[in-house]
Amino acid sequence: MSLLEVKNLQVRVEDREILHGLSLTVNPGEVHAIMGPNGSGKSTLSHVIAGKPGYEVTGGEILFRGEDLLEMSPDERAAKGVFLAFQYPVEIPGVATMNFLRTALNAQRKARGESEFSTPDFLKKVREVAARLNIPQEMLRRGVNVGFSGGEKKRNEILQMALFEPAVCILDEMDSGLDIDALRVAADGVNALRSPERAMVVITHYQRLLNYIVPDFVHVMSKGRVVKSGGKELALELEASGYAQFEDAA
Amino acid sequence: MNVVVAKTETGRAMSDAFAIARDRLAGTGKVADYRRQAFDAYAREGLPHRRIEDWKYTDLRALMREVLPLAPAPDGPALSRAGSALKLHAVAGARRLVLVDGVFAPKLSELGDPENGLGIRTLREVLEAGDAARHTQLFAPDNSNPMVALNSAMMTDGMVIDVADGAVLTEPLHIVHIASGGTPAAMVTRSMLRLGKDSGATLVESYIAADGAKAYQAHDSLIVSIGNHARLDHVRLVEDGSDAFNISSAIVTLGAHAHFNTFGMTSGANVSRYQATIAFAGEGSRVETNGVNLLNGRQHADTTLFLDHAVPHCDSREVFRAVVDDRGHSVFQGRIIVRPKAQKTDAKMMTRALLLSDEAEADNKPELEIFADDVTCGHGATTGALDESLLFYLRARGLSEKEAQALLIQAFVGEAIESIANDTLRELAISAAQRWLEARG
Repeated sequence: MSLLEVKNLQVRVEDREILHGLSLTVNPGEVHAIMGPNGSGKSTLSHVIAGKPGYEVTGGEILFRGEDLLEMSPDERAAKGVFLAFQYPVEIPGVATMNFLRTALNAQRKARGESEFSTPDFLKKVREVAARLNIPQEMLRRGVNVGFSGGEKKRNEILQMALFEPAVCILDEMDSGLDIDALRVAADGVNALRSPERAMVVITHYQRLLNYIVPDFVHVMSKGRVVKSGGKELALELEASGYAQFEDAA
Repeated sequence: MNVVVAKTETGRAMSDAFAIARDRLAGTGKVADYRRQAFDAYAREGLPHRRIEDWKYTDLRALMREVLPLAPAPDGPALSRAGSALKLHAVAGARRLVLVDGVFAPKLSELGDPENGLGIRTLREVLEAGDAARHTQLFAPDNSNPMVALNSAMMTDGMVIDVADGAVLTEPLHIVHIASGGTPAAMVTRSMLRLGKDSGATLVESYIAADGAKAYQAHDSLIVSIGNHARLDHVRLVEDGSDAFNISSAIVTLGAHAHFNTFGMTSGANVSRYQATIAFAGEGSRVETNGVNLLNGRQHADTTLFLDHAVPHCDSREVFRAVVDDRGHSVFQGRIIVRPKAQKTDAKMMTRALLLSDEAEADNKPELEIFADDVTCGHGATTGALDESLLFYLRARGLSEKEAQALLIQAFVGEAIESIANDTLRELAISAAQRWLEARG
């Protein structure tokens, strides 16, 4: 069974249809890149998979391990193993990062019927993961993302990914706002989490990110549907010729 | 015409209650005269109603209808019910002073070892003793506010605490008001705290009830004077029963270079009003007043603060947060007066309300009256719902809707709670907020 199956998905926001019959199949261990110009519906796809309110699914379905994902609340999806790394992670003043991480981790474990982490076990795990990702303890003592640079916010997303161990990771424009060094650090973090059980969907506007996170499949989106799929060489082709050729195809 | 009739009826019913209660009320001679004058002042006005500007959001005539007869002095079973209620709210290491149904309960109290410079007596003792000067202080609040006047007339007991010059108390003082849950009745109490110069103390006040307590009424007042260079930290937690009324007043005066840090949180009671008057009488003093209302169901909570900058070079900071769910109603009235002489006053007031449902209501009335020209004064107010993008982020990480809300609510009230200097007391406030959040389910 596929891990994630998006079938003929149609999505509206208010009166405008954004996705018009998008399909995508993701198996364990695979890394898929979704590329496309601004406004092609890439972020909408990531939001609908994660369950963000404000989108109306008018047709099609999303299955996660064969289960209807669209019937689940965002927290149920998270507990099942769906993780969205946000393009713009929000700042939450007054909520301590450690408290947030522990509440989230234990909420997911509880929902899966697993035992909650004790404080010492949790601290040990976070320190371990943070050290691997070069995240200083000082960052963890602040409010969630408060005063973080763009790079720090993305590292915090990857820290959560490492901590929650999701089955499928959707990375929404992970490269936006990052300089080349920050991008490399973030990509290394993501690569370390690649495994035969885990799938990733990397959404990006630029080919640059794919030099660091090398995909197995590349899909080109235009005007709300996938217009071309191929291997990693498709990304290079796009880099050379641009998106214009697909605007017409859609 | 209706108004007059209502006044008369309220007055007559109360007058009987006063007559009945009179032989239970401590003090004779001058004290009895003070009580009678206070009662007459109350009876002329009756319960305050919405046509009185200061009470326009909290119409006690509609909400409370009547003042109940005084609660009987607690018997054995009442004390034992109160004792069980106390367990959850005891503060480790504090001197605990417990008032059950408005009467000091020595068995539930823990006065601790005597400390130099600390004197603790009950109001009843003080009213029965022939200390005319002290009686004058206890009846100092004028009778213009009807609920203060009623309190002066009917107060049965309370704590009278003196901290001598230079004494800095090591342990917090904790006054616990417990309704034992017998027949619905009124508890009328008054406490007084006087801090000498260069002294320091921490006072905690808790209002709680035994399980199943019905629509009782807590009428309380606190008279505080803080001497020159003295500091008082004050925490007030209203966790009364869900049918209860809590009408409390505080009258605070600061000397020169004094410091008053006060935090109040109301998560209990069906209808509550906390009216505090804080007056600067000496230069170079500072007041920080922080408050939180956590309301749901049909709870109504009114915090009315009056800061009186009468002298130059004083600072005041007011931070108020309201979280209102269901059909709850939060009221904040913040009046600051800067009198002509009070140059170099620095007064700021910031209130924020978080509405969790469409029917929740928060009224906010700042009033700044500035009669001096070289001052810094400001106020701000916001009202809104929880931020959807923050909620989604938290839910995408596995938190249920309630858990995500709880985390954001904690953060919202956290800024006010952080103002509590003492770690133990901050934890106490956090657990009270936690209890409210858990009760939401």
